[in-house]
Amino acid sequence: MTSLNLSGVGVAYGTRNALNDFTDSVKPGEWLCLIGPNGAGKSSLLRSIAGLVKHSGEIRVDGSPLRMRSARRRAQLVAYVPQSPILPDDMTAREYVVLGRNPFISHFGTETKHDWKIVDDVLHRLDLNDFAYRAVGTLSGGEKQRVVIARAIAQESPILLLDEPTNALDIGHQQQALELVDKLRREHGLTVVSAMHDLTLAGLYSDRLCLLHQGYCVSSGSAAEVLRAETLAEFYGVSVRVHHEPDGTVVVVPFRHMETSSDI
Amino acid sequence: MSTREDSIARTGWLVGRWWIPAAAVAMCAALLLGAMVGPAGPTWWRVPLALLDRLPLISLDSGISPREWTIIWQIRMPRVVLAALVGATLSLSGACYQGVFRNPLVDPYLLGVAAGAGLGATVVFTVNRSGSSSWIVDPLPLVAFAGGLIAVAVTYLVGTAFGGQRSAATLVLAGVAVTSLATAMQTFVLQRNTEVIRQVYSWILGRLSSATWSDVRLVLPYVILSCGVLFAHRRLLDVMRVGDDEAAALGASVKRIRIAVVIAATLGTSAVVAVSGLIGFVGIIVPHAVRLLVGASYRLILPLSFLLGASFLIVADIPGRILQNPSETPIGVVTAFLGAPFFLLLLRTRQGTR
Repeated sequence: MTSLNLSGVGVAYGTRNALNDFTDSVKPGEWLCLIGPNGAGKSSLLRSIAGLVKHSGEIRVDGSPLRMRSARRRAQLVAYVPQSPILPDDMTAREYVVLGRNPFISHFGTETKHDWKIVDDVLHRLDLNDFAYRAVGTLSGGEKQRVVIARAIAQESPILLLDEPTNALDIGHQQQALELVDKLRREHGLTVVSAMHDLTLAGLYSDRLCLLHQGYCVSSGSAAEVLRAETLAEFYGVSVRVHHEPDGTVVVVPFRHMETSSDI
Repeated sequence: MSTREDSIARTGWLVGRWWIPAAAVAMCAALLLGAMVGPAGPTWWRVPLALLDRLPLISLDSGISPREWTIIWQIRMPRVVLAALVGATLSLSGACYQGVFRNPLVDPYLLGVAAGAGLGATVVFTVNRSGSSSWIVDPLPLVAFAGGLIAVAVTYLVGTAFGGQRSAATLVLAGVAVTSLATAMQTFVLQRNTEVIRQVYSWILGRLSSATWSDVRLVLPYVILSCGVLFAHRRLLDVMRVGDDEAAALGASVKRIRIAVVIAATLGTSAVVAVSGLIGFVGIIVPHAVRLLVGASYRLILPLSFLLGASFLIVADIPGRILQNPSETPIGVVTAFLGAPFFLLLLRTRQGTR
């Protein structure tokens, strides 16, 4: 299992700082979930780990800095699932998943039998056998999300970055996708960093939450520590009730302001 | 294992590979057809016999006179081979530009490459073409390459500067502007050198009719180099299909791939433009026809565009020889006649599928 250390990571777009001096240490096999309002810097943080934006500070994987790595080597360590992945409509699921093998294929090389074996194995484990030769454009939203996760798993990298993996999925498929990530994380000992909007689900699946606001980490810890009504009110500007279930689940429920409803 | 997989309706490049031998057969048929048709020369059916006769270990009585053989070998064959090289290179480059810019609308013409190369070639024509024969390397393709490279660089820089995330329309509009500018500069150069206007004009319209083996020899090294580099990128072009960000996250060096492919495609395009003139539409209709046939994987698009582009231009060159006999209809006119309606049809189907 692999650890991920971030020290003083900052991302700037022009003069606007999207992320400031972010320092955190993700333990091997831990699932860290980034929460925070839109534009808080969640995606920027994930993109800096994936090597897609210039950043200041240092990101280390198992103690060695990522900055020194080539794009290929970095991709062998870190798999990234963007918020809205581009799926070429007429590619079959199998052809799409094999793209995840790119970091292991030399620049002008082609896939080996070993690469295809891994792909077929991943398709089998994610229960995607039936879709292997289907064009990804014909798949439903939930199936597409599974295919994208399959591509990231085929990459066989110990660190998995997910940018809003449940975006645009219904509640059933949200649960399915997160259960899948959780299962794969345990099977492969993956270290996961995800950004999520649904606070209840974020608290439910992750080991630790980190609340970002205007590029700063303002609160970090367990779901019970971070998901407090006053904290959320301060940074999201939202009125919520927070319930603590007997099993430890923290449920965040927004409430409706009575004075507006009585006007109607 | 194969029986289970065969029961599933399969698509994609893994199953489409049998298209490549079929397209190779089509190209050979087109080569043969091109050698058989022409206003003067022997009866058509004698031509394959005569060609077979020339192969080692085969002896056939084709009944062809030496004069007729000269027509086949010195007039028809170089023309057919040059048409094949030009067609193959233009459509392969077109497919690669489309892949690397992730833009289905671009081709060597819309990006301004052809116009830039044309401007370079015109300059060479005006600066005493005959004097350059003593050079070790013919400057024509090289100056055309410089012109093409400058044009595509300007198109790309302007297109990305104003297009934000490289929107399809901005890139094409920038290409149109660059094309107009290069054409205007070309006209300006021509106005000052009226003695070469006729020569340049017939070259602009596409000039396969005067093809000789030396033209073939002139472009062949550039075509081999360009196509070799482009074919080597076929898998990476598939990786690029998921967009710059995801391709980079998958470990692909996106910038390096884009620059290598654009330079190689521009080199090939410029070299063939230098010998054949401006032959439009090939680089856009052939790759799109291939896409309609086999889907969008570049592992199939590249070889098929190459083979079918060659076949297309050989066949498109045939009416030009017969229609206005004894004079010639320029090949560029024929491809425009065929290409423009096909292009409109393509736009319509694309809209329909959306």
